[in-house]
Amino acid sequence: MTALAALTGYYLRASFKSKFAVVFGAVQPVFYLVIFGPLFSRSGVGSWDTLVPGLLIQLGLMSSGLVGFGIVFDQRFGVLERLRVTPARRSTLLFGRVLKDSLVLLIQAMVIIALGYALGLHARLTGVLLGLLLLTVLSVGMAALSYAAALTIRQELFAPLMSTLVIPLMLLSGALLPMSLAPAWLDVVSRFTPFRYAVEALRALFAGSYASPTVLWGVLVTLVFVGVGFTIGTKVFQRENT
Amino acid sequence: MIQVRGLTRSFDSVEAVRGVDIDVAKGEIVGFVGPNGAGKTTTLRMLTTLLRPTSGTATVAGHDLFADPAGVRRRIGYVAQGGTVGPFSEVGEELVLQARLYGLIRADARDRVTRLLAELDLTGVDKRLAGSLSGGQKRRVDIAMGLLHRPELLFLDEPTTGLDPQSRTNLWGHVRRLREEAGMTVFLTTHYLEEADALCDRILIIDQGRIVASGTPAELKAAHHAGTLDEVFLSVTGHELREGAAA
Repeated sequence: MTALAALTGYYLRASFKSKFAVVFGAVQPVFYLVIFGPLFSRSGVGSWDTLVPGLLIQLGLMSSGLVGFGIVFDQRFGVLERLRVTPARRSTLLFGRVLKDSLVLLIQAMVIIALGYALGLHARLTGVLLGLLLLTVLSVGMAALSYAAALTIRQELFAPLMSTLVIPLMLLSGALLPMSLAPAWLDVVSRFTPFRYAVEALRALFAGSYASPTVLWGVLVTLVFVGVGFTIGTKVFQRENT
Repeated sequence: MIQVRGLTRSFDSVEAVRGVDIDVAKGEIVGFVGPNGAGKTTTLRMLTTLLRPTSGTATVAGHDLFADPAGVRRRIGYVAQGGTVGPFSEVGEELVLQARLYGLIRADARDRVTRLLAELDLTGVDKRLAGSLSGGQKRRVDIAMGLLHRPELLFLDEPTTGLDPQSRTNLWGHVRRLREEAGMTVFLTTHYLEEADALCDRILIIDQGRIVASGTPAELKAAHHAGTLDEVFLSVTGHELREGAAA
């Protein structure tokens, strides 16, 4: 417990030293919100209550998906090895980072939601809070996978590979335009990506239907995703030569 | 403090360490000497739980390496060759984090860091970024990382590589003090033979994954009718330890 608190605190302090990076992580969804949002809300496809949950998932993918970049430097400078020789559990070493990433994401998400309300979001607070919870859980899995990828693939490939991978995943989730508009084949492909279920659950929560099958599926898929992500992350942290 | 029998490690089909036996008694300073690629770092990473041995048995600081790696980690300190802190990190913060991972609460961790920095002649560097330190200072910060929990046994991987002669002699003094004042056992690797001669009670020479000679510097020189450890090294391995001879 001391170890986890120490690690999370340490990483949070480090993150907020560079406030620019915290803000920058949310800049892309903010652009979509401010520049794409007004078009979207008048397109007849959906309202701000459709778009904002999608942008939150986009944020989760962008912000948590790329956190692994930081660990590359820790590995290079021997920091990771130094931490791995202490009695702290390897899963704790991972969780300390991931917890920080989730908290940073939460702050970024709140900025987007606040902006969303200013622009025309109508969602009830309960739904928004439940949505944030789901998003945080999702981001834990995403961040853990990001670290696993950073420690597995060649260092110089990580950033280009991940930032390229995130785009189709985001589009397939229906974060920007709902998959109800999709032709059959795209709809089928989309169903194989975990984020689609999270987007739809988030929209349902924002719409106030807390006990719907959509929410249930979203929660289930997200929980499985986190389980898989964290298991893989811990495996990689326990692996030799990392 | 260390009992190792038949330790091996293969990477794919290459045997990096081929059946090593090591015995180190409490309070000894033992030098592990060999050229780059001889298996020094691989052995050290196995003994510090960072790398799983392919075969063999080992007890390190009273705990079985295979059955109780966490017990080993609690009692040893390890200072890797490549450093421990990124250039843009504040030294004090990194040390406090490390101390807390060894279970110290924040106030104790701060206290411990301050004292340890003073012991290593590093008073005042805690607010500095690691990248702004001199080579010798940075190396002592690395060593501090391994000492926060007062380990019984300290592993140092190439502690003086890249340091100027003065910083090297200075570091030797610190290592000797650890043994004299804290009764610490020190196991270090080096490819400087005169360093092994000056600093270590006993030397293990490793070449191509095997220990080819061991003994006190005097014993080794006597057994091989040699005046220096360089001659001993040449005699047991058939080649020179280039960096050692040049230094």
